[in-house]
Parts: sequence; structure tokens; C-alpha cells
Amino acid sequence: MARSRLSFSPDDRVNAFLTTCPEPEYGTGSLEGLAIAIKDNISTKGIPTTAGSRILEGYVPPYDAHVVSLLMANGAAIVGKTNMDEFGMGTTTENSAYGPTLNPHDTGRVPGGSSGGSAAAVASGMVRMALGSDTGGSIRCPAAFCGIVGLKPTYGRVSRYGLIAYANSLEQIGPMARTVMETSRLMQVIAGYDPRDSTSVDQPYCHTPEKNIQGRRIGVPEEFFGAGVDPVVAAKVWEAIEVLERKGADIVTCRMPAMAYALAAYYVTCVSEASSNLARFDGVRYGPAVDTKKPWHEAFQERRGTSFGKEVRRRIMLGTFALSSGYYGKYYAKAQSARQQVKSDFLRLFKEVDVIAGPTMPTIAFRLGEKADPLSMYLSDILTVPANLAGVPAISVPCGAVDGMPVGLQVMGRPFEDEVVIDTAYAYEQAVD
Amino acid sequence: MVSERDIEHIAELADIGIIKEELAEFTGQFNRILDYFDILDTVEESDGYKQDGYNVLREDVACPSLLQEDALKNAGDTEDGFFKAPRVM
Amino acid sequence: MENLSAGTIPDSRSEQIPGQISSARGNPPISETDETIIGLEVHCQLDTVTKLFCACSTDYRSDGPNTHTCPVCLGLPGALPKINKRAVEYALRVAKALNCEVLPESVFSRKNYFYPDLDKAFQISQYDKPLAVGGHLIIEGENGEKLVRITRVHMEEDPGRLVHKGGVDRARYSLVDYNRAGIPLIEIVTEPDMRSPKEARRFLNKLRTTLEYLSVFDSDKEGSLRVDANISLQPEGWFDREKKSYKGRNRVEVKNISSYKGVEKALTFEITRQRNVIRKGQPIEQATRHFVETRGITTASRSKEEEHDYRYFPEPDLCPLRVSSWVDLIELPELPDARRARFIRQYGCSSNHARTLTGDLKLADFYEKVALKADPLLSATWVADTLIGELNYRDMGIGAVTPAHMTDLINLVESKTITDKNAIDVLRTILDGILKKEPAGTPSQIVARLDLGASESDVAPAAISEVIREQPQAIADYKSGKKGAFMFLIGQVMKKTRGKADPAELNRMLQAALDEGEQ
Repeated sequence: MARSRLSFSPDDRVNAFLTTCPEPEYGTGSLEGLAIAIKDNISTKGIPTTAGSRILEGYVPPYDAHVVSLLMANGAAIVGKTNMDEFGMGTTTENSAYGPTLNPHDTGRVPGGSSGGSAAAVASGMVRMALGSDTGGSIRCPAAFCGIVGLKPTYGRVSRYGLIAYANSLEQIGPMARTVMETSRLMQVIAGYDPRDSTSVDQPYCHTPEKNIQGRRIGVPEEFFGAGVDPVVAAKVWEAIEVLERKGADIVTCRMPAMAYALAAYYVTCVSEASSNLARFDGVRYGPAVDTKKPWHEAFQERRGTSFGKEVRRRIMLGTFALSSGYYGKYYAKAQSARQQVKSDFLRLFKEVDVIAGPTMPTIAFRLGEKADPLSMYLSDILTVPANLAGVPAISVPCGAVDGMPVGLQVMGRPFEDEVVIDTAYAYEQAVD
Repeated sequence: MVSERDIEHIAELADIGIIKEELAEFTGQFNRILDYFDILDTVEESDGYKQDGYNVLREDVACPSLLQEDALKNAGDTEDGFFKAPRVM
Repeated sequence: MENLSAGTIPDSRSEQIPGQISSARGNPPISETDETIIGLEVHCQLDTVTKLFCACSTDYRSDGPNTHTCPVCLGLPGALPKINKRAVEYALRVAKALNCEVLPESVFSRKNYFYPDLDKAFQISQYDKPLAVGGHLIIEGENGEKLVRITRVHMEEDPGRLVHKGGVDRARYSLVDYNRAGIPLIEIVTEPDMRSPKEARRFLNKLRTTLEYLSVFDSDKEGSLRVDANISLQPEGWFDREKKSYKGRNRVEVKNISSYKGVEKALTFEITRQRNVIRKGQPIEQATRHFVETRGITTASRSKEEEHDYRYFPEPDLCPLRVSSWVDLIELPELPDARRARFIRQYGCSSNHARTLTGDLKLADFYEKVALKADPLLSATWVADTLIGELNYRDMGIGAVTPAHMTDLINLVESKTITDKNAIDVLRTILDGILKKEPAGTPSQIVARLDLGASESDVAPAAISEVIREQPQAIADYKSGKKGAFMFLIGQVMKKTRGKADPAELNRMLQAALDEGEQ
């Protein structure tokens, strides 16, 4: 197959990239010659992949993630790897071992996270599209904060093969772009069955966004406008919902009582899985070498103690605790029960409405350093984690600005109705364009 | 409430280094987070969360493995085709 | 390796696991009537083409280190496991053969612990929802047939292998080979139903044979079987078999046993050790010990590495198995007990021969091939006694010889073409030829080449006449009553007949000739 080369030398003032490929090759296909940035937790053969961590410094995967193979097979040019919170653990991209990414709209603010590098690369115009990953909002949050579109697909719709695991049962790789149309175009390439991922579902995405939403029922849960949500942001999002109403949608207010447990269920689940996922970074097979002269546990503790950042160590310890003898029932098991309740809430609502809408984030982008306390940062994920807990598709689409900073409208849909979610976002985008 | 001693024990269990200066900070944050998790005590216990799939299997057909050279490429230290690791004492 | 046996259970979730065990309270004095209570956890490699969770070949033993690995079994970031269907089918065969109940849903869980041979720092295993529970296997016990109950059967992956240059005591670092990482294992946990090291060994032999009959296991492969045993000495009548309550004394877990003989050795050592401790009036600590095969002893494990909190939780990258309905579709082959009964019935084998012959799948198959073309009873003796003896002497396996050669040989014996003694020589010639890689030919060819055919009727009388003529002194000595003279004369006759004559017959004929000369 004929391969061409692209020249890529961005003026990266926001520290969006960890690695750039100055002359990437590309082939033919639906994404021919398009510059695409990849979040650094997605494995790229021959290109360093660190997941924003010191512990993977120098690691060059010997294989491509499934989505990367698909991008290349469709002609995309992989131009670089983007910055992120270490292993995806954060809502600001400040937890990267390689320095924070800045928000292109205001460099005193964070781009959101954990896919902050991908969002900033798209928002600043360095690339047309990017891949992110979303465990509890990591695509939608930076999309909202940077004023772009980001989709977390239905769990199972996009292969996770090659995605460095943070919380396997929650996360999906997804597309990020400036428009819904481009988001949809990227989704079309990355979605589909992968036999290597046991949770992959054979549901390809072949769809062109459709803006007619006449008669679509949109549920708006009270809990998405509750305590902690900035009233100005809430008002912006309500305006957006009213735009959809004017375009023919029926707005139905509703309740999601299990939202009360969602954040705790989310954090217990993700830290538990993470504590196990991140145990493999021992410096033996990859990453900075472990000191083989010391005894195993000592050398290993030293490697992990010095190469993992604070937030990562905190979550590993929380997860270790949540799974440990005597606490499993109180934390992990209860979190799974709560998770099922969140899913039940969604499925119950989806009998009455087609999609659920609300704000993506409770506020606009934080100032750098504003969320120093871990719990206050966790609390800002409250509106994005329910979709991950239930495995349903969710999109963030820009809906105006507050204090000059972008606000995101979030639309969630039934499992495997990513198309409906895309269409609803498209209807809004086209209505205000 | 977890104590600093508990945090040290958890760090040991997680095989993760923790320096003395961080102990108080970690303990305080841990307790605030665990307090927040207490809301789960009010959740009625059920069978838990179920993903949809089952019997997702592959046929027993071999594919080529990585070359030894590629398998070892990212290792910090190797010897005669082996990875080198510290001894468990 | 496992803590779900009739052994220790790590955490508060133990209430989910059937068969929790109370710990010992007393320290009664040692007595001759104390019972030895033994339970086993057996890990066997399933003989699949690929690993349990990736498509790497399992045929690694003759290749260099780390040549059978991929992102999955190296635990590279981002790699995902996928279950090998054949491994599940094999495990189900085992569950069915062991009379277990296959659970409607079984789940793979992560067993988290740090060890350099563990690529992901967790082992994918099964915990609270194993593949199958509650079966049994019948063994030859100390007092006749005995039923050993099976607690559970579950699947898990093998870790990698550590190599220590300069020996395990001296190496300053470990070398790691992940070729073995991800090989499918089946773990079979028994109830504490064995009462002696010999019974434990018999259980293992029976289990091995059964697995081989199922074509899921190859015991010839090095390291394909590993055993952990738990053992305690309980005052007579104190041990409650149903409740598994160890009221008398604590159990000790002996790990790292990797051979059939090792089990008996390790347990025998452990009984003596425990008796000595009790005799001194000390309590038996509930502990884990390691078997050191080279020295035949068990040593205390340093506690830090043994105090595991495995933090099991369901493996989120895998879906549950719902395979209980597959069990009905499995057609089990004839198993050892059935085959033994058939050998007795069909071939008239003695009970002992039948047990020996069916105790090894390859041997049983070999015997049947021979017995179809030669006298079955004679074949049983020749295969079960003579051949096995000669093979063992040379440290050879049954695969070394062909059934056709054995059939040929037995037919030569049956037709009295050669004597038993010469037949053994022929067999030895064949086996030695194989060892030297200089094939000796078929038994018939060897008999012809070495002129080992049985005597014609005139060979013996002619030889006797010649000897009587040539050895007047010896004849005189014989007549004067020297016992040794007769033996000398027989020797001379046999030299002339070159072993073709039956020694007993020669003896009788020489005696008659000498007696005749006297008259």
C-alpha cells in the first residue's frame, strides 16, 4: 500500500503532547492524511507510551492497540501522544509526571482530565481529532473544559485492547473533535468487534449524524442540577436543553435516586481495580530498571514509591484497602450493589425517555492548583461517573461559555444507542451554529 | 478511622513505599475519603453488578509469539535471554 | 499455592466458601492410635495447544527462555486475556470424571500478590465461584477400596519460572522466564480423607492415570504436576470428617512438592517431625512449610511472604463461564477402574496384573495391542512383569518398545520356539540395542542371528554322549559321590547345546544317562 508522509511540528504552548512524530506515515482510507493525536495510555508500536507516569518512562510497546491499527488502516497519521493525568487518575491533567497541560482558552486554568492533552491539542487546533479514554469522565470533562466534543462510547463498543488499564470495567476509548460530525467520523473507524477483548461487542458504528429530533424524549434528572453544580453553569445547560425543546424534543424532568451512591461506588470500584492493575509495574519487564541487588520487596517498594505520583499511590492504597481482608464486604461488594442500582435507574428512565441530558461538569475549568484536596477533585466527577457505572454512551458538546470559559452539555443514551446520543448533540450543535 | 499505623500497613500490603513526611497527610486524606465512602453502608446488598457477556472463548489455535529480542526489549536488565529480577529473600 | 483447600482461608469472605475449618485448641499427648489426616491440593498442567489466556504455544520445554511470550503473558500494559475454550473443555472432562457438580456459573478472579515470576502481579484463578465442586475418586486404601472426596476443581494460570544461577542458596538475583506463564492449570482440592502418606501417593497415581485416560494431561512433561499437602496428627476419634473440625492439633501445609514420590517422602518426614514436636510437649503451629526435594525434608517458611492477603475480586477483563450444560455432551472414555475390570473379564488377567497394566494409559494400550495378537494371559505376564522390570532397570518408558516386537516374542515363547530364558535374552538385546541406538531387529531375526532356537530332540542326547565320553574324570568324581561334579557336567552339556535345550530337561536326561551307565 502506498504510504505518504505528513510533516508535523506543532507550536505546543500548552504542553498537550508528551511525544510528537515529526514525519508520520499515512495510507489511504476514510481518514487519509488526517493528523490524529493519541492519548498516551493507548499503546503504539514503536512510539513511547508512558500513561503520564515515570514508571513507564522509556517504555516502547511492541504492539499496537486495536484502535491504533484501525486508525492506520483507515489512512490516519498518528502525530503524537498526548499528556494525561498519570494512568488516568485525575480530573485536571495536573497529575502528569511530565507537567500539567494548560487550557488553551485560559492558560491559568486546567484543561480538565484525564484526557487533557488530547482535548487541548484539538481545541488549540494542533490536530483535527484525537483519541481519549474515559473511565469516569476523562473524555467528557476535558471536552467540556476545552470547548470541544467528546464521546464515551457504550462499554464494549470500542476495543480496549492496548489501552493501559486503570479501571477495566468502567473505561472506554473514545473520539474527541471540534464538531459532532468529526467525532462521529472518528467513532465510525474505531468502533467494532475485536476478538482479543472479551468485553468487546459486535456492534459496528455506521452512522451519519441526523439533526432532526422531532419527538425525541429527553430526561433531565433533578440530581444533575443539585448541590455542587454552579448555578451559572446550570443555567447555561438549561438554555441548551431549551434549544433542543424548540427543535421538537420533549423535555421530561425525572429522578435518579442512586446518584446518591454513584460517586462512592465509582471511586471504590476504580481504585480497587487500579490497585490490581498497577501492581505489575515492577521494573522487571519494562519501565526504569529495578535494583536487582536489593531484596525483592525492598527494591519493588522503592521503585513504586519513587516512580508513582502521589495521587496514584493514594488510589493504589485506597484500592488495596477496599479489597483487603475484612473490608471487601464494606467497600467493594457494596460498591457493586450500588453500581447495579445506578444501572437500574438508567434502564428504568430509558423506558420513558430516549436520552438523558444535563451538565457535563458542575463548574467551568478550575484554576491550576485549585483542586489540591483529593476529595474535592473527586466530587467534581459526580455528573460524569454515572454513565461509566452503567456502561451507557455519553457525549459532551459545547453549549456556550461562562466567564469566557466553555461549558459542556452532556447527553447520555441507552446502551448501544451511541447514534442517538450523537444525533441529539448534533441537533443542538446545528441549532446554535 | 484509620491511623498512621494502618496506613503503613496498607502501604506494606500494596508494596508501595511511603515516606514518613507523607504519613500524616495521607492519613488525613484517607479518612476524609473513607468517611465519604460510608454512604455505601446505606446501600442494600444485592448480587452486585453484572456485565452482560458469558462464555466468551477463543479456539485453541496457536499464533506466533514475540521474538525473544522483542520480549526483552523494554527490560531494565537481562541475562542469557532471561529477565533479571531481585531475589525474594 | 492455593488457600482455598481444606486449608487456610484468607479473609472475611470465608463465609462464602463451603467447608470452613475451626482451628485446634488442645495439645493432647502423642499416642500410637493417633490418626494421620491428609488433604491434597493438586495442580496439573492441562495439555492444550495454547496457553489459558493467549495464543502462545505451550510447547516450550525445548526452547530458549522467553520465546513463548506475547503482550498477554508478559503482562504488558494494555494486553487483555481471552479464555481458551479447549482448556475449559478439558477441565470439564476432569470435573465429570471426578464426579463433581459443575456450577451453573463460574467466575475468574484475580489473586493479587507480588512475586517476580508473576507477570501481572496477580494470578487469574477462580475463587468463590469455581468450575466444579463436590466429587470423589476411589483409590486403593490401606484397608481396601477407599473414597476420597473432592472439594473443588478450578482453573488458573501457571506463573513463570525463576532460575537461580549458581544454585538457589547462592544466586544474588533471580532470572525470569515467562514461557510457562499462562499455561493452563487445573487445581483439584481434596477433603482431608487420606490417612497415610501411602494413601496420598495412591491418590496421586490414580488421579494422574485418570487425567491421562481423559487425554488432558501428560505426566511425562517436567513440572506438569505440583502438589501442596496439609497434614495433621489427630487423637483417635477427635477428627470430625464431616465438620472438618481439627479439635486435636493444628494442620501444617506442605508446599512445593513436585513429584509423585515426593509426596510420600514429604509427608513421612512431616509425620516424624510433628511426632517429635508433640513428644516434647510443644504445640504444632498452624504453618506453611516447604518441601526440599533434594534433601527429603520440610523447612519452615519465613512468615512475611506467607502472610498473604490475596484481595481476590472478579477479573473485569473476563466474562463468567456458564458451562454446566456442556457436561452432558461430554462422552468420557473408559476410565482406569472400568478398564481394569474389563481386562480381568476379557483377557482373564489376574487382579494384580490388571491393576498394573491399567495403572498407566500407555501401558494399557500397549498390552491390548499385544493381547490381540498373542496369548492374552502369557502377554499379561510378559508385559506386566518381565517387560516392566527390564524397562525400569534401564530407566526406559513403555514407548521405547513396539507392541509388534513384544507380540513376536511372546508368540515365539508360546510356540516353544525359544525358552523363557532365551526370550529374556532376546528382550534384553532389543532394549540394549535401543539404548545404544543400534536397533537389534525383530525377536525372530535375533533368534535366527544368535541361533537361540530351542533344541531339536537329538541335540541334547548327542551332547550328553559327547560329554560322558570326553570327561571320564568328572564321571568318576560323580560316581564317587562328589556333588559338584554333576553341576560341572551339566555346564559342559549346556555349553554344547548353546542354551537351546531346556535346563530342567537336560538335568533329567543327564541324570538318566549317568544312572544308566551305572547299572
